Amino acid sequence: MRFIFKTSYEQDIALAKHGGHKLWYSLLMLVLLAAPWLLDEYGLAQLTLVLIYSIVGLGLMLLAGFTGLFSIGHAAFLGVGAYTQAVMTNAGIPFPVALVAAAALSAVVGVVVGLPALRVKGIYLGIATLAFGFIVEEVFARWESVTGGNAGMHVKAPAFFEWKLETASELYFLCLLATVISTLAILNLLRSPTGRAFVAIRDSEISAQSMGIHLAAYKTLSFAISAALAGLGGALYAHMIKFLSPDQFNIIQSIDLLLMVVIGGLGSVHGAFLGAIFLITMPQLISSVKDFLPDFIGQAPGLKAVIYGAVLIAFVLFEPLGIYGRWLKTRTWFSLFPFYRKGMFKRQKSFQKSDRLR
Amino acid sequence: MSTDVLLSAQNLSVRFGGVLAVNKVSFDVRRGEVFTLIGPNGAGKTTVFNLISRIYTPTTGTIVYDGAELTKQPAHAVASLGIARTFQNIELFEHATVLQNLLIGRHTHRGTNLLDDLLFTPRARRAAHEAREKVERVIDFLDLQHHRDSMIAGLPYGIRKVVELARALASEPRLLLLDEPSSGLNVEETEDMVFWIDDIRREFGATVLMVEHDMSLVSKVSDRVLAMNQGEVLALGTPEEVQAHPGVIEAYLGSQEDMSSLRRAPAP
Amino acid sequence: MRGVSTGAGERHLQIVQLLISGVAQGCIYGLIALGFVLIYKATETVSFAQGELMMLGAFCALALLTVLGFPFWISVPATIAAMGVLGLAVERAVIRPILGQPAFSIVMLTIGISYVARGAITMIPDMGTDTRVLPVPYNDAITQAGALVIDIEQMVVIASTALLCALLAMLFRFTKIGIAMQASSQNQLAAYYMGIPVKRLNGLVWALAAGVAAIAGILLAPITFVHANMGLIGLKAFPAAVVGGFGSLPGAIVGGLIIGVVESLSGFFLPEGFKDIAAYVVVLLMLMVKPNGLFGEQLRKKV
Repeated sequence: MRFIFKTSYEQDIALAKHGGHKLWYSLLMLVLLAAPWLLDEYGLAQLTLVLIYSIVGLGLMLLAGFTGLFSIGHAAFLGVGAYTQAVMTNAGIPFPVALVAAAALSAVVGVVVGLPALRVKGIYLGIATLAFGFIVEEVFARWESVTGGNAGMHVKAPAFFEWKLETASELYFLCLLATVISTLAILNLLRSPTGRAFVAIRDSEISAQSMGIHLAAYKTLSFAISAALAGLGGALYAHMIKFLSPDQFNIIQSIDLLLMVVIGGLGSVHGAFLGAIFLITMPQLISSVKDFLPDFIGQAPGLKAVIYGAVLIAFVLFEPLGIYGRWLKTRTWFSLFPFYRKGMFKRQKSFQKSDRLR
Repeated sequence: MSTDVLLSAQNLSVRFGGVLAVNKVSFDVRRGEVFTLIGPNGAGKTTVFNLISRIYTPTTGTIVYDGAELTKQPAHAVASLGIARTFQNIELFEHATVLQNLLIGRHTHRGTNLLDDLLFTPRARRAAHEAREKVERVIDFLDLQHHRDSMIAGLPYGIRKVVELARALASEPRLLLLDEPSSGLNVEETEDMVFWIDDIRREFGATVLMVEHDMSLVSKVSDRVLAMNQGEVLALGTPEEVQAHPGVIEAYLGSQEDMSSLRRAPAP
Repeated sequence: MRGVSTGAGERHLQIVQLLISGVAQGCIYGLIALGFVLIYKATETVSFAQGELMMLGAFCALALLTVLGFPFWISVPATIAAMGVLGLAVERAVIRPILGQPAFSIVMLTIGISYVARGAITMIPDMGTDTRVLPVPYNDAITQAGALVIDIEQMVVIASTALLCALLAMLFRFTKIGIAMQASSQNQLAAYYMGIPVKRLNGLVWALAAGVAAIAGILLAPITFVHANMGLIGLKAFPAAVVGGFGSLPGAIVGGLIIGVVESLSGFFLPEGFKDIAAYVVVLLMLMVKPNGLFGEQLRKKV
């Protein structure tokens, strides 16, 4: 059992709460830096995708998990970032500029999508974001001169004048850098007044207002940051996949993103990463398990849907805190062994709190 | 208007649909005093609070705070003017710790902008330390040390009430609006509340405007009392004067005729 | 377009035809939206599973009609009853344990249910992966009213929807169960105190919503055929519910009709692609103009 003896406020303010934290995260960083030499090509590609989805997940986690605003059309921001990056890279613009532009343009779209948030709440907001998701997808399909429409669009490798990032490792390191920067930004936000304002808006808007938090400004900011991160992820995704088409950013992708944050653990930064790992490894797992199942199950086109659906239901029913919650409970069990009490993480049972009156 | 008056409600009325919730209410709150609103349920007391917090806008009348018209301000600007409030039904941030709730209470004193926050600049670090120090002072004052890192969701009602008060205090308010601070508290907790309200006035230098039902608390702590009934002002004066006012007695207990009908007929 | 004739009245005829098919499509959206709103009103849960329940209803009818060979007039009530039981079971097994969790989690749960339904149906040999015709008595039937060619399938949709709405209106106004459902939706705790079996009612509401979805499925099947992805139409029913105002039953139908008609007209008059997003543009416009929908309630938290 670890007792943290606090002697200064700095310990509460710092990101790494104690020596153990510093050790494990440093080790993690070392392993990640060494990954291109430790993993084969396929493994590295999967890890790169995990990083990309983590960035998007961080954004969605900020919006949905920490500010309480639900975005059911989040893939739209992913798409805006991806297509912006594609168009700019194909036009020869250096990749740092293109990345910033992709994130910025997504942020602008995020602000637009967030406008309904200023007037409506809850399911109405969700439907508004859903509507935007469909509209943006259709725009990608119709604006053929820019996006190539349904026929798709090829994406060149990121380039900085003469230097091209063409190998898998180079792309991987770019994604790793982006992930580290995004994570630090989000962690900083969350320990600052801005992040606390987001949490306040999630838990009680009227109270937040009375504390001086300008609801409209902060909700818009949350959408903007969340969209910017999704755009950044999208831009990297474009370079990873090398070929874009509108149906990569449809409702299924949006729901996949939501699945990711819910299963990972809503309201925690770890959840974004755990959810991304889940999302990327699940298809592998399904493929490998497929052959052991009877044909009518294993070969059915709907197998993926059934498994995803079942896992989602299982998590919501039995582990609402997500994978991160399960990890916390397991770790607590081990650290308190044998004194772990069954009801330690039990939620208080409450009568349906009316969402209409939040 | 003398500089002695911090808040002045002038002919305040607010109508919701067909209901006149507050009807031509006027009163002045002097700097440094404890001013209490009393009245039966539905009298409009919390509505007056909501008008001051700018959650509602008056249909007619105005509120002058520190010489400026308050009714022109948006709801989120009220806190930066130095007005803090507690809520009747406790509006704490459930999924945050006590410490985080209090830090959010200090939002208007943040001292940083978005960029500082994103990069956690030295300025942000200094602001974080300073905020923590100020908040610790409040935690000390209200004896919340034990609960600093507890999630609100797991705390008992009495502690939540205290946290609600702490959060309002954390913003270093000039005017503190307390909505039924003793409701739901037992005798000892109410005694503590008496001391705290007195100390708030002396140590924190805040003016307190309070809605309260507990008459003993009102008598011990208030300088002046305003009695309301059905949205209108009934009486204004010291606690003794108001409690002796016949209109107030009638509002709470009914008139003499009602009283006599309550008396049992003598046994045959 | 069927029945297009040459001549001066041609344009008018086209528009009437478009309106009719828009209304028919709108009725389907309205019925699915009705299911959401029923569940939302009772439990404040938003269910993304209505579209898939509709699809399951259509498949159930298909199975009863083709595989088991029952006549139409038995298969329909049997399907509605079976789906009702399924709704009851889903509520009992999966929804009831999580009431009290934040709304978002419950939404994700219903999305999970819809995924499972959509995937599981493809595991049924032959039927699951095909697109089949539902053998209803009025398949492909048409009739004429002057120069106007009327598609009986669409007429059946409109008439059935009207009838169903009338029945539901009577249920809510005149029966004890209907009034109890209304009470429970407005204040769950008070309903408990009044002795209303809230949990059982919630189950009934889900059963009712599933039954309505089944009817929608049977009505839609002749038009779009029965296939595993039928349920995705359910996504368009959300704008319908929002346009009408999420807490209002008549609003759901009205919203559906508006969406259906706008969609139909934009498919004809506007460039390609607008038809698909018409529903979403309408809902965004409505949220800008009247955020609570046409018949929605404006609720403020009282602090």
